Amino acid sequence: MESLALLLAATLNAGTVLALAGLGLLVNERAGIVNLGAEGMMLVAAIAGFATAVHTGSDVLAFAAGIGAGALMAAAFGVLVIWLNTNQYASGLALSLFGAGFSAFVGIRYTQEKLGPRPSFAIPGLADIPLVGPALFRQHPMVYLAVALTLALAWFLYRSRAGLVLRAVGESPESAHALGYPVRRLRLAAVMAGGGLCGLAGAYISVVYTPLWVEGMTAGKGWIALALTTFATWRPARVLLGAYLFGGVTMLQFHLQGEGVEIPSQVLSMLPYLATIVVLVLISRNPTWIRINMPASLGKPFFPGG
Amino acid sequence: MNHPVSKRSLFKLAGWSSLAAAAALVGCGKKEEPPAAAPTAAAPASAPAAAEPLKAAWIYVGPVGDAGWSYAHDLGRKEVEAEFGDKVKTTIVEKVPEGADAERVIRDLAAQGNKVIFATSFGYMEPMLKVASEFPDVKFEHATGYKTAPNMRIYDAKFFEDTYLAGMIAGSMTKTNTLGFVGSFPIPEVLRNINAFTLGAQAVNPKIKTKVVWVSTWFDPPKETEAAQSLINGGADVLLQNTDSTAVLQTAEKNGKYAFGWDSDMSAFATKAHLGSAVANWGGYYKKTIKEVMDGTWKTERTVWGVKEGQNDLIKVSDAVPEDIRKKVDEIKAQMKAGTFEVFKGPVVDNTGKERLAKDATGDQDWRDKIDFYVKGVEGKIPAAK
Repeated sequence: MESLALLLAATLNAGTVLALAGLGLLVNERAGIVNLGAEGMMLVAAIAGFATAVHTGSDVLAFAAGIGAGALMAAAFGVLVIWLNTNQYASGLALSLFGAGFSAFVGIRYTQEKLGPRPSFAIPGLADIPLVGPALFRQHPMVYLAVALTLALAWFLYRSRAGLVLRAVGESPESAHALGYPVRRLRLAAVMAGGGLCGLAGAYISVVYTPLWVEGMTAGKGWIALALTTFATWRPARVLLGAYLFGGVTMLQFHLQGEGVEIPSQVLSMLPYLATIVVLVLISRNPTWIRINMPASLGKPFFPGG
Repeated sequence: MNHPVSKRSLFKLAGWSSLAAAAALVGCGKKEEPPAAAPTAAAPASAPAAAEPLKAAWIYVGPVGDAGWSYAHDLGRKEVEAEFGDKVKTTIVEKVPEGADAERVIRDLAAQGNKVIFATSFGYMEPMLKVASEFPDVKFEHATGYKTAPNMRIYDAKFFEDTYLAGMIAGSMTKTNTLGFVGSFPIPEVLRNINAFTLGAQAVNPKIKTKVVWVSTWFDPPKETEAAQSLINGGADVLLQNTDSTAVLQTAEKNGKYAFGWDSDMSAFATKAHLGSAVANWGGYYKKTIKEVMDGTWKTERTVWGVKEGQNDLIKVSDAVPEDIRKKVDEIKAQMKAGTFEVFKGPVVDNTGKERLAKDATGDQDWRDKIDFYVKGVEGKIPAAK
């Protein structure tokens, strides 16, 4: 029972990275833009956050640097695909490759730097509940922030006027344009918000999750986050659940090994990716499910006045 | 029309220029390292004996800044520079994947006139063997392998001596009697470290059991973090790893548990959790090799040095370790130095109860190369290797 609670705690922690990045990409895609550059943005944000934490000792500044770095890269991508109408998929891939190389180059001098462990935050009262208390309510603030962000985003998309406009821009940019909304600027704002959240996820990895900098340390989490948005059929709550599911599978495979369950380690290592594929296949079996939620103009260029 | 530039020659031109581009790319990954020692002033310019410096090259699997495996090898290279000054010229290539790229890099280095090439990861063995047959005048050195050629030999270290000493400390510091080990790949090199760690712990505390988690990588900090966390969740309170980053140590620090540094001195990364660092000092072997190449006494052999030769050691033992345990560790270390202590000495029983080494027999190199079992006290079964 106690080990289950601990597994749960580790799952929440591992899922937080995916949830933050997944929510960011959700905002992106709701505005009709696919950004395959998530991995690159996360890596650049990871080194930006880590370097800031090393020099200032402030986690808040580190997270801000991560968000800034992610948003900046997203802005460059946004200008390319929204104004110059370059191919979104090719530009996103280029962003990923650039981010991987650039972060490695900038990060060379930080590979020997170190950060102390980051404090966790106990919610008064709740943290003292036996068994689940310490697991659920004694975590880094970012873990709770991911949950709060999910709720806020769900409210924003479905209950606020601005959210409605954002969705309109993703569904039918021509109609939104005809109604007088600045489609390109709105899309850029969404892309930058998405990049900022991916950046926050990247900074969380290098500052809190594994407080060190290593080249390529996000290890494919950006790609899983991309799959997560489709898996969640573009709904915030499902992104969060999916993130915990993937985080859980990752932790479970180590947990099972520790318990002495005989499965080849290589098979266990591919479980999270296998789970991604299985889920994608399962939801593709019901095309209406995807079609209802998928932003109708996702990935399509928009020419105003055309 | 009789134009000299036909379509075919255009194709040829394109082919050659892409080849040139590829060659330039290979060159990009390489760094020329100037000798560390200052050149002696006013060397006679026309001295006939002032021969060309000996060119030596190192190939690393990780970044030199990994604070672990590649970093330790690079410290050894720097010792070579300090010792031989401008009589050697060293080159390094970092982050070479253990595949087709490795063969290209090794061949490239040989073609550039390097007289001795050190490949410092297990996966470079086959590519190096292939290139060695093409360059009979170049000496090839492979770390941790088992295949040799007339101009290729192997060198290794007895890391299991370090892990035995670490085990003695772990066994005395644990409160749960459960140790945790983050393993890279289930190969003999790693299995004997797990076994020696457990045997060392049992030497001071017979109730010890060891849990093992495999991550299928040498270097992936988030994964190492998750593996360490799951071991701690499972009750382990002293951890050791056969992976190259500081992540396991840092995870232990975060959870208020103990762990060890690996490959190099990692004491700076965790003030409370760090119990000691298992380090390798490759400099001694590298200096010996360079000297042999210069003297022309180089010959094919297999070198496995240990604590006795100063090749590896457990350093920076924490003050948190009780005095009597430190004394015991020092005693065993002294015996290792004298060559009177064997880590794998019979009876060795595996965790299914089968005897693997009879009473008073010692596990020699050949026996250690074939370890495919956990000793008694290690939990679980080894996942299918290879």
